[in-house]
Formats: sequence, C-alpha cells, structure tokens
Amino acid sequence: MSEIRNTSPRGEDFEPVPAQAGVDAIGMAAGVDQTPLPEEDRSYSQGQLVLRRFLRHRGAMTSLVVLAVIVVVAFTSIGIGPIPGWWNKNYILTYPKIGDGSPTWAHPFGQDTIGKDYFALVMRGTQRSLIIAFGVGVISTVIGTVIGALAGFYRGWVESVLMRLTDLFIVIPLLVLAAVLGKIASGWGVWGLTLMLGLVTWTGLARLVRGEVLSLRERDFVTAARAVGTSANRIIFKHVLPNAVGVIIVAATLAIASAILLETSLSFLGFGVQAPDTSLGTLISTYQNAFTTRPWLFWWPGVLILAIALCVNFLGDGLRDAFDPRQNRTKA
Amino acid sequence: MTTDTTITEPATARSGAVLSFEDLQVTFGTEFGDVRAVKGISLQVHPGEVVALVGESGSGKSVTSMTALGLLPKNARVSGTVRVGDKDLSRLDARGLRTLRGNDVAMVFQEPMTALNPVLTIGDQLTEALQLHGIAYGKQASARAAELLAMVGIPEPERRLKQYPHELSGGQRQRVVIAMAISCDPKVIIADEPTTALDVTVQADILDLLRSLKDKLDTGILLITHNMGVVADMADRVAVMLKGDLVEEGTTEQVLNDPQHEYTKRLLAAVPHLGNGPGQFGSVAEVSAPARQEAPALDLQNLVIEYQRLGRPAFRAVDDVSFSVAQGEIVGLVGESGSGKSTIGKVALGLMPAVSGSVSILGHDLAKQGGRRLKELRRRIGVVFQDPAASLNPRFPIGDVIAEPMVVHKVGDEKARRERVYELLDAVELPRSAFNRYPHELSGGQRQRVSIARALVLDPELLVADEPTSALDVSVQASVLKMFTALQERYQFACLFVSHDLAVIDTLAHRVVVLQNGRIVEQGPREEVLRKPSEEYTRRLIAAAPVPEPGEQRRRREERHALLKELGEEVAELHVDAATPPSRAVPGAQGGNASRAGGVLGG
Repeated sequence: MSEIRNTSPRGEDFEPVPAQAGVDAIGMAAGVDQTPLPEEDRSYSQGQLVLRRFLRHRGAMTSLVVLAVIVVVAFTSIGIGPIPGWWNKNYILTYPKIGDGSPTWAHPFGQDTIGKDYFALVMRGTQRSLIIAFGVGVISTVIGTVIGALAGFYRGWVESVLMRLTDLFIVIPLLVLAAVLGKIASGWGVWGLTLMLGLVTWTGLARLVRGEVLSLRERDFVTAARAVGTSANRIIFKHVLPNAVGVIIVAATLAIASAILLETSLSFLGFGVQAPDTSLGTLISTYQNAFTTRPWLFWWPGVLILAIALCVNFLGDGLRDAFDPRQNRTKA
Repeated sequence: MTTDTTITEPATARSGAVLSFEDLQVTFGTEFGDVRAVKGISLQVHPGEVVALVGESGSGKSVTSMTALGLLPKNARVSGTVRVGDKDLSRLDARGLRTLRGNDVAMVFQEPMTALNPVLTIGDQLTEALQLHGIAYGKQASARAAELLAMVGIPEPERRLKQYPHELSGGQRQRVVIAMAISCDPKVIIADEPTTALDVTVQADILDLLRSLKDKLDTGILLITHNMGVVADMADRVAVMLKGDLVEEGTTEQVLNDPQHEYTKRLLAAVPHLGNGPGQFGSVAEVSAPARQEAPALDLQNLVIEYQRLGRPAFRAVDDVSFSVAQGEIVGLVGESGSGKSTIGKVALGLMPAVSGSVSILGHDLAKQGGRRLKELRRRIGVVFQDPAASLNPRFPIGDVIAEPMVVHKVGDEKARRERVYELLDAVELPRSAFNRYPHELSGGQRQRVSIARALVLDPELLVADEPTSALDVSVQASVLKMFTALQERYQFACLFVSHDLAVIDTLAHRVVVLQNGRIVEQGPREEVLRKPSEEYTRRLIAAAPVPEPGEQRRRREERHALLKELGEEVAELHVDAATPPSRAVPGAQGGNASRAGGVLGG
C-alpha cells in the first residue's frame, strides 16, 4: 500500500530519480544509500512548499488581490487619524444634497438622508470593521493557541482547568456575551471592542490547537526531544507549535471572517461601534429603513461586508489546501 | 474440489492464466509533474500458483496489484491490458468492476486491523461479501461464514461471528481477512504484504494457511512482499521489480539461488540471514564482548512496569525483568509484539516510571535523579526510533536536527556545533550538503542515518535503539546495520537494541535477551541463545523465522512442523473438509445462486 501513498502531491515521498537512474544508480553496495540528494540547489522547507502551493491557488490569489484593494482604498481614501487621504470629503460633515442623494460624480456612493458623503462614511466603516476583524483575529489566535497548547501538552489538571474554562465560554451564547462586554467596552472606542471580542472568540481555536498538540506530542520526534532532556517550553515552542502552524493559520483566518460578521451583528443590534464613529454593521443598522427608498445606502456596506468575508474565507481555504494538499487534489 | 474444477471449467481457462498483465503502464499526475510508477510490465499468474512480486518501496509493486482490482486513485493513468480470467479490465464499467472484485479477484491486506471495519461484527463483514455477490443470504450466509472461519482454522466459528475485530488477535484477524477473500471463491487472490504486520510465529502460520489454500482451492496468488524469506517459503515463481520495471522473472529456485540481474543479487546479499552471525555485510569479523569492570551502562533489576487502565486493574506490561548491558556491549532485546520490549526501552530512557524494581544507568539509579541531574544523565544516553519519518521534526533542517541535543545541553558554540554536525554526517555516510536539507527531502534510509547521527552527537555511553531498521527497505537496512556496527566499533557505546527480527539481532548483538509477555524467557550470549536455544519459546521463534533460500527454507519449514507436532500443536492449513466448498459449476453470478446456495445447504 505504501506505493499508493507515494502518489501524494507533496512529492516528499517520491525519491527523485536521477537522470542516470539505471541499474548502476541503485548503488546499495558499499553502504551508500541509493538515493542521491535532490540535484537542484534550492532546498525547500515545508513553509516554502506551502507558500508555493498557496501562490498557485487561483481563488486565494484573487481574494488576496481584492482584499488588498479594499484595504488600500479604505485606508488611503479618507486617511487614518491625522493623516489626510486623497478623498476630498470626510464622513462627519454634511454636504448640500444633490437630487435625492443617489450616486453622482461628486458623491460616487451617494449621500445619506442628511447629506453626508456616503463614500467617506463607508470607507470609515470599512476601516473600523477591518481593524476590529484583524485585531480580534490576532487576539483570539494568541489566547486560543496558548491555552490549547498548554492543555494539550501538559494534560492532567492543567488540561481539565483550561478546557472547563473553554467549555464555560462556549456554553454562554456568544452574541449575548459579546454584547454585554461590548457595551462595557464601548467607552474605550473601537480598540476596547476589539479586545472584548477577542476575549470571547478564542474557544474554537483552543480546542483545535489542543487536538493537534495531543497528536503531535505522541510523535517520535517529541519523544526523542524529551529523551534528550529538552525543557517543556522548548518542546512546545520549537517542536510542537511550529508543526501545528497550519491548523493555527487556517483557523485564525476563518476566525477573522467570523469576527467581521460578529462585529456586524453587534453593531446592527446597537451594541458595537457607537456613533459618531461608524462601521459597516452600524451603517446597515442606521439605514435599514432606507432599503426600499435609497437602496444604495444598504447595498454599499452590504456588498463590502460580503466581499471581505468571502475573500478571507477563500484565503482560509487556499491556506488549508496549501497546508494539507491531500484533502482535495484533482490534477489528473 | 480439483475434479470439480476440471470438469466444469473450459480447458482453455484451466490452462490459461487467471491474472495477466500485458505491457502495463501506470502514470500518476502530481503537482511536480508526471510520475511513471509502472513502466510497461508483463506478468501472468496461473491457477494454483503463487507468484511473488518483490521489490522495495516505490518499486510499483502495490500499484501493479491495485490495477488488477481497478482500485487506483483518480490521478492515475493506466495503459496496457489487465486480464482477470477472460475479462479485460479496461472494458469493464464501474458495475462490472464491482462484480469482478471479490468474485474473481480478492485481496488480502497488510494490516488486518485496518482492513476490517471495527464497528461491524466479523459475521456481518463476512456475510456482506456473500450477500453482495449473491452467493448466500440470511441464515445460509451466516452458516457459510461459520464454515469459512472453520476453514481458515478459527476455533468456535459460531461464537466468533458475533465478535468484533478488536476481540481477535492479529493472526486471527488476518485469518478472517483470508476467509473473506476466499468467501466468493475467487480465481486469484492478491496478497499485499499479508504477513508484514504480524509476528514471526503468526507469520509462519498464515503462510502455511495460504500455501494449503492454493493447493486445495487451486487459486492463483499474487504475493506482494519485500521479505525474501517469505518468498522462499511460499512462491513458485518470483518477479523482481525495480522502479516500475520488471528486472527479473523466474522460478523461486532460479531467482533466489542463481540471480542473474545485478539488482536481484544485491537485494539478496542485503537480506540478513539468521544463522550467519555478524559480519554478514562485510563489517565486523567477530565481535568480542568487552569485559570491563566498570558499572554497567544499563542495569535493570526486578523491573515491573504497568499501564494504568480506566476502571480496570492495571495492565502489567513488564514483569520482574532483570538484565544488564555492560559498557561497550550490544544487547539484543527480542520479542513479539506485546512482549514489552519497547516499554523497557522507554523506561530505560526515563520516559516512563517503573512500578517497582530499579533502573540504573551508568551506576546512577534513574528514579533517584531529579531535575538537573536527570538532564545531565540524559546527556549520556542516545536514542533511535523505528520510524525515521516520525522521529525527525519536519520543520528543522538536518543540521539543526543533529545539533539539537547540543543546543539543549548548551554544548559548544555555533561554530563547534557545525563542525560536530559535519563530523557526524561524515560518520553516517551522508554528504555534508545535507546540512541545509529538510527531512522530507531525504529517503527513509537517509533519515534513519540522520536519526543515528543525532543520537551520537553528544558521544553517548548508552544508546537505546527501538527497532531502528524495521521501517527500512532491506537493502537500506543492510547498509544501516553495517554502518551501525562500524560506529559501535569506533565509539564503543553500549547499546540496547530492541528488535523483533532475529536475523537482525544475529548480525550485531553480543548478548540476546528473549522476552515473552513481559517476562524474560531466555538470555545469554548470542551464540548460545540463537544456535542452541534451551527454551521452547526461543526454539519456536527461531524455527518460524524464514530464510531467503528455498531449499533451506523447506527444510526449516519441515523442522518447524516437526517441532509443532512434538509440542502437540497442529500445523495451520485450510480445512476444506470442514465445509463444502462452493462449486464453480455455474459461471456467472445470477445463474449460480441456486446451486451455490444448494451446496451450502448440503454442507
């Protein structure tokens, strides 16, 4: 059966066959192993192989470009903080209304009911939503990884305590917990909200990482490290976690996508980003009644939420395929 | 049965091959371009004949066999003709292939635990095949299943039918898999490494069973194996594969005793031969056990090890074991699976606590060392594991893998470590350019060399090697064993060499300890234990190990059967008289139902 396994696209099980691979090249005589090292000079680490596969993933690359365009436009158009952007209007001032406020050259996304420039508003909302999403992604990944790794590696009472804590977070409805914490943190602005959301969304990742670490810690190279006398810290951070990085990155990406949706839901319900600041969810919430009369007020933020969430999900899929090519491969 | 067959089958089919490959080519499309796994081979299997397809991993032998079942992954492209009986596989659709599988070709897999579904009873799995192919239904199917189990020598078949795979031993599971394979009376059975996962005594039984199966049912067997001893024991003809090509084909005597092709010669020379002792691979002439008076490198006294089980009494894996490894000595620890040999290795490494008894390493009691002193002691022990793919961190380049123990114990600076790694790469005969390579870029044998280099980087006084060559191809194993003995001569480390393979132990050990079910059966100098075993169990083990020479193997087989008789046991064989075999009278499944079912009732 081993030969069947050899068909893995990783190519790692295949011994590269040198050009002169005749009988002479078998060379098991004189104690020399048959297979010469790969002839090309480049040596690919696993990370490089993953990157290579990722860069070849069409869906992921398209998403990456779309996402990059959204990020660049969102941050350069109206600027960040004191730095001005290239768009000549801002999201706070009202402007004279042109017609019924539908998109024009002066206001490409149209104007809202009181004459604010909707392009500037949507860009501000996108900025906020992106900051929250990526911030939550980072915070929940760090917390989830540490808790999962500690629980998986030490087992015993450490695992019991940490996993029961995780269960506790899981059994409370996420939206309720996030809403309450979000309300408390709303005084600290968007960063407070980010922190709070990060503190409640790490649970799935912790479980995933724990599972991965549980299987990795039984691998021979970890046993070998223990037999040499390697400290637990070094084993976790040098031997175990780098091998779990695939799971972590994929889960983190998907956590970002769900954070965007969570923020949107919270803001829509009024617990998220508070006026005068805005986010994509807040915009939809504010203008939900305008859907029939001024549909652009709904569609611009809606489409952006969809685009960002889809792009991040596609990136996650691309990463998963790159890390684990055995899952789907159809190149016949 | 034989008369039955001759009467009913057309003469042409009788004389013709039951399985034939003509100019078979298989190509896999992969991310890194096409890979030609099989490059145009032709091979026939006749009724009542065992053809052994021999080759090392990656030679394409399993791929070849899978084409006979039409079970290749989607990215495979097949050209050439594969015929089973008179059916051309390339002309069959999915439905035709399904009928073919089981009915005409059956498969015996390597690992019986994974080949059987753990959530279905043995009976369910056996009757499933019978019902799918319309051979018997309901109670008749159950009765037939029981007969099949009786045929393959499983006691109390009716009770076994209600049991699950995990309740059976490895050998019995493989018997069940064989029973499934013969359930539809196939013309040819493909046995893919049928005994590789089994202990040597069980292997001998399964081979006996397969041999009587082909004699009594006149089935053709395509035996895929890398074990030359199994070939010598079973095969009528041998085909040797190398990188997708068939390099040599002939009768077993021809190929094994007078190999023509360079590759076959090398392959045979690389097989460790039980009874030839050390120096088989031109390494050491005769190892002399060093007689030093220092503290033994490893000393186990009345060691007891238990595994805790939830809700049940603890499982005693090792019971009152005492032996020691003197400095500079290689002690071979032999036993079958479950004998506790690997557990002893783990305890000697301080990875598991002992329930009672003592473990001393270089004169220090392991249980009394804590923290830094334990770490200091571990510096003097090296370890090599069985699976080279699993024992190297895939994220570390080779240089870092080997230097890791030095980093952990803060030995030397960057430059000194690099020098030491180069030195060891030379010692294990790897090019220095391997320094920046990653484990997945190396072959299995090269990885195991890296693993050995890592174990030796701190100049250990004791090396624990847990089945270090079991996962390797035979030619690679030979070179690793040779290198291993050379390194031991050079560095004079003591070594606890755990293995299930007596022939491997025979090539390098000074002393041998034989374990059975956690207890020591016999221990002593290699010569004594392996040549003049005093215990029954050791004699059985030695008798069951096949040697790669057909004549000698036949003699050994007869000796083994005599030994079994002497011990009052029976030789495994197919009990055809226990059941009426299904008749091949009516070709075609639909027409055959009634008569087959009738035959079952009659039995």
